Amino acid sequence: MSEEKHHIVSYKFYVIILLVLLALTFSSVEITSIELGKYTVAGALLFAVVKSYLVLTYFMHLKFDKPYIKIMVGFVFAVFVVTIVITLLDYLYR
Amino acid sequence: MHTTHAENEANYLKYKGKYKGLLGWILSTDHKRIGLLYLYSIGTMFIVGALLGLAMKFELLAPGKTIMNAQTYNATFTVHGVIMIFMIVVPGLPAVFGNFLMPIMIGAKDVAFPKLNLLSWYLYVAGVFLVLSALLFGSGTPDTGWTFYAPYSFKTGTNLLPAVFGAFVLGFSSILTGLNFLVTIHRLRCPGLKWTKLPLFVWTLYGTAWIQLLATPVVGITLVLIALERVFGVGIFDPALGGDPILYQHLFWIYSHPAVYIMILPAMGAISEIIPTFSQKHVFGYKAIIASTMAIAFVGWLVWGHHMYTAGMSGTAQYYFSLLTFIVAIPSAIKVFNWISTMYKGSINIQTPFYWAVSFIFVFMIGGLSGLVLGALSTNVYVHDTAFVVGHFHYIVFGGTGFSFFAAIHYWFPKIFGRMYDKAWANIGWLVFFIGFLALYTPMFYLGLMGMPRRYYDYLEEFHGGNILSTFGSWILATGLIIIITNLVRSARKGPKAESNPWHGKTLEWAVPSPPPLENFDEIPVIAEDDGPYNYK
Amino acid sequence: MEKSTQITHDHYDAEASKIGMWLFIFTELLLFGVLFIIYAVYRYMNTDAFHLAAEELDRFIGTLNTVLLLISSMTIAMATTALQKKNKKLTLLLSSVTVLLGIVFLVNKYFEWGLKFSHGIWPGSEHMIETMSQGEILFFGLYFIMTGLHALHIIIGLVIIGFAMVGVNKGKVNSNRPSLLENAGLYWHLVDLIWIFLFPLFYLIT
Repeated sequence: MSEEKHHIVSYKFYVIILLVLLALTFSSVEITSIELGKYTVAGALLFAVVKSYLVLTYFMHLKFDKPYIKIMVGFVFAVFVVTIVITLLDYLYR
Repeated sequence: MHTTHAENEANYLKYKGKYKGLLGWILSTDHKRIGLLYLYSIGTMFIVGALLGLAMKFELLAPGKTIMNAQTYNATFTVHGVIMIFMIVVPGLPAVFGNFLMPIMIGAKDVAFPKLNLLSWYLYVAGVFLVLSALLFGSGTPDTGWTFYAPYSFKTGTNLLPAVFGAFVLGFSSILTGLNFLVTIHRLRCPGLKWTKLPLFVWTLYGTAWIQLLATPVVGITLVLIALERVFGVGIFDPALGGDPILYQHLFWIYSHPAVYIMILPAMGAISEIIPTFSQKHVFGYKAIIASTMAIAFVGWLVWGHHMYTAGMSGTAQYYFSLLTFIVAIPSAIKVFNWISTMYKGSINIQTPFYWAVSFIFVFMIGGLSGLVLGALSTNVYVHDTAFVVGHFHYIVFGGTGFSFFAAIHYWFPKIFGRMYDKAWANIGWLVFFIGFLALYTPMFYLGLMGMPRRYYDYLEEFHGGNILSTFGSWILATGLIIIITNLVRSARKGPKAESNPWHGKTLEWAVPSPPPLENFDEIPVIAEDDGPYNYK
Repeated sequence: MEKSTQITHDHYDAEASKIGMWLFIFTELLLFGVLFIIYAVYRYMNTDAFHLAAEELDRFIGTLNTVLLLISSMTIAMATTALQKKNKKLTLLLSSVTVLLGIVFLVNKYFEWGLKFSHGIWPGSEHMIETMSQGEILFFGLYFIMTGLHALHIIIGLVIIGFAMVGVNKGKVNSNRPSLLENAGLYWHLVDLIWIFLFPLFYLIT
């Protein structure tokens, strides 16, 4: 039944990803404790985006999945971003 | 594709499984039986909703109190709305015809997750009972309108929580159906059935399923927030605590506008099946219809703000929403052109489903064009919250989804029950219903333009004439409905046996016997390179 | 393009259940997405109050919980690798680590919430309405709703992992039929993913 062999990710690889994620977490904590004014949120969110990209790609195996699953995930995130932008069209210009 | 089934082979209606009688139905994971379970439960609720509608029209027969007071009227339109939207038009075509036909149309034996499918139906029933419990118990029937607008929804003393929770559960049912259909369409198409050979009804179900999946959680969490607001007073939508009630409207319509497309897309899909069959001609612009389906699904997501022009949004947002609303009209118009062009030079076979389909196009166009009046910022301000909106909405949703539902039931009836209905009575029913529909909703456009507001049990003397016509229309429509339902119910048991392909359709469901056998196909069909769903000679 | 498969009586389609799980994850993303929209709007309207209110939250516990969740995410991902390598013991061990870390996360959350309650901060409390600005009330309202809903998802995730572990133990979930464990993992990563955004938005914007 299995059409193709599953890609088996090695334990070591997961450890590396975890270390990167932890490093990003600590740097985001460090960065936001510096007074950056209005860039604090932008900075923190940037780190969060990179971290979530890593989780999606490696922990959630998107890198090894078929393209159409990646397209779906990208599409859903795009829909969310568009929705929040449109909602803010109201609030930013009130 | 040919079928040599013996007449007496167990079809899905007669099949005896582990359980007998009623249990054999409510524990069955067969997509066809689940489709019928939906048909019966949705049909029952439709009668309840229609009776509430008739009661409202009766109240509006004359100014002042006729049969109910203001509070009862508020409760009536709320319950009418909740029932009709969440229990009938949203699940209507996908849950009934999608469940019954989609697996057959793609050459599969069932949906991808049959047990989940049955669970969806149970959730539907649970949601129905929750909402109904709000009517029977507690401190009065909800009176917020089906929109549950903040802050009134957590200030009203009526028993709102069960209704909100019920809508949430119904939403969950809808999500699971959408999820199931998406996986089914992705994974279970029979060999050779490429995406570009899918019947259009399946394509519209695909688009619908995406909206169900992505939009329903939005209203789900919003309703949870309303409940939390009522119970704890968190302040998220409460202006007294810094919340913004307009944000509630945004979130509500982020779901509820796409929900209109959940209602109308499968309706368009059913029409796209019926018109080629009764024109015996390949559908005109197959790919254009698919593209417009997807465009409607996507752009329809982005236009929710046109329900809120007078709520106090920023000007920028208003321009934006108005512009996109006009854009979403284009793909809908493309479909109308495609349907008309399909009929052109076809060999038209005038039968009941075709009557319904053509009248669908008629009312859908009036509904759509009146929608442009509402989508345009400048005119919307004048007719906002008037009877004009009610007229437009019912032309689209009742005229669109309702007519399409009746077209679909008359089209697939011989497939579902293996029997044919009385065609003469079906045609009479259609005609009476159609006349009643026009008489009921057309005056609302006029009344709205004259300035009659919606959602009041009373009106000024000058609106009397239009309202009398409208109420008379509701009686004619009800008569038509009685004729149609009686004819169908009677024929399902006593009608003459139908052939497996009475309309000479080309989609896969017509290749299996009527009613279909338990697992649809003895062996999974294979679609040849030059085969297609609309290849008429 | 994906191939179509036929239904047999013992139907197992790993890809179908994987897409099914992903689609369900999409609904969860939109569910939390709405809360993020609300957060964005109210933060924009009450920037200073959100700043002020976020000071009340303990950065240390937030960071600790982030670390816990990231590690638990890795162990459940490793568990699927172990399953594919047919190492049943290691699979169970790694999933138990995830469950344990998830429970520790919840315990931390319990104490964090408890501390807030003892300061008179809970949704609709008198203390908040009397002493706090509207922006701060909104911040804490969102804090309790979003972390509460997230905690609920942790519990659901733990239950799913529990089922997967029972399956692994019985041998029903194995290297040929790994879907349940893989899907439990996917769900757990979703929980992690949401926390990755909750953490900076509530703890790091001071």
